[in-house]
Amino acid sequence: MGGETLSALHLLFTGDPALFAIVRLSVAVSMSATILAALLGAPLGALVALTRFRGREVAIVALNAMMGLPPVMVGLVCYLALSRSGPLGAWGLLFTPRAMVIAQTILVTPIIAAITRQTVEDLWAEYRDELTAMNVGPMRRVATLLWDGRFSLTTAFLAGYGRAAAEVGSIIIVGGNIEGFTRTITTAMALETSKGNLALAIGLGVVLLLIVVSVSALAWGVRRAGERFAG
Amino acid sequence: MHAPSSDLPILFAGVDIRRGTTVLLRNLSFMLSAGPPTVLVGPNGAGKSTLLRAAMGLLAPTSGGITWGGRNVPSPTGRAIVFQRPVMLRRSCAGNLAYALAAAGVVGADRESRLADLLRIVGLEAVGDRPARQLSGGEQQRLAMARALARNPTVLFLDEPTASLDPAATKAIEDIVRAVSDRGVKVVMATHDLAEARRLAGEILLLHLGELIESSPAQKFFADPVTEAAKRFIAGELLV
Repeated sequence: MGGETLSALHLLFTGDPALFAIVRLSVAVSMSATILAALLGAPLGALVALTRFRGREVAIVALNAMMGLPPVMVGLVCYLALSRSGPLGAWGLLFTPRAMVIAQTILVTPIIAAITRQTVEDLWAEYRDELTAMNVGPMRRVATLLWDGRFSLTTAFLAGYGRAAAEVGSIIIVGGNIEGFTRTITTAMALETSKGNLALAIGLGVVLLLIVVSVSALAWGVRRAGERFAG
Repeated sequence: MHAPSSDLPILFAGVDIRRGTTVLLRNLSFMLSAGPPTVLVGPNGAGKSTLLRAAMGLLAPTSGGITWGGRNVPSPTGRAIVFQRPVMLRRSCAGNLAYALAAAGVVGADRESRLADLLRIVGLEAVGDRPARQLSGGEQQRLAMARALARNPTVLFLDEPTASLDPAATKAIEDIVRAVSDRGVKVVMATHDLAEARRLAGEILLLHLGELIESSPAQKFFADPVTEAAKRFIAGELLV
């Protein structure tokens, strides 16, 4: 095992092109999916937090439950939708990185929406009187609470990114793990492990951990700096 | 300073406000007119904050009615309120004011000049760029007052603006209250502090357990109170 770990580190530090192609694609897919999910999930969470409608509590329970969506199931649904005979088959997205982004966006959106809902609801309890007294309209309320909650919402973004970066079930179904095209860190790890090529699998695992820790550290730094300069 | 279409007078006619079985205000009838500051005094739970919120239009009466300048619905920007513990938005001092000005519909170059004016009025020019949440308690109260004034109100409600402030910060707030009142803005303020009421009030409303016990010009209230409760309150006795 020690030899395999050393081989993995060698691959890392010698800048192995195959490894770095995989890493690049992984980061691009997971980051794109997280950004899309944030654009969809944050306003959705804020709207659920600020509006009162029939069935709201059911919606909140459903949103929270969807944080645990099984990736394989999401992958399967996306596969059926994107396959040639499916409703979105004409788009020709199956077995492309775009399909992987779509699947991961579906997985991550409920996580960001649910955490945003809780954050915005707590912030609204604090801001309600002031914003009401200032006659701030509903859309500006949403924008204000998202902006003022931006440092807390980095947690939602990180949780979403963590989910996207670590999952394998959906992207292996809709991406197909095609070498040089749709192979990511997690799908490659699954493949290399099944082939018995543990060195590359461990190397990829180390890279994945480094990426997740780096993103987390960056988000933490941004949050600390933001709190210092924006209050 | 104040808008031409005034929300004054504010008329309370037989106003009751209840929350569940608890009566917060009971059968209140009085009028807030233009003029020197009206100060609400009374012990905790007397209903001062509830009255301010109702007059601001944030709380609807359970029964009875409130009118603003003869209308059942107040103007959108004619009134402003500073809460006892104002919440600072997570942005700079100037950012808080810019937000309030934008919410009041002040746009473009006018916003910049108004912002500078407001910072000057409350003496916060030097800390305009500082995060609002890093200001001291007194500075936050002054910023909250500036934010309220951004609405160019006819009436300014202040809910114990000097509670828990030191004498210097209290004086700064009181100076602003006088300056604002001198500019023609009707100030309606709640306080626990009788000495402060003496310094600022033109008119006093004494509340106790949600009822209006006594209402009179400040000089008369302190020199010749009518009710037994007012006499005891001025003498420093506890109203329970």
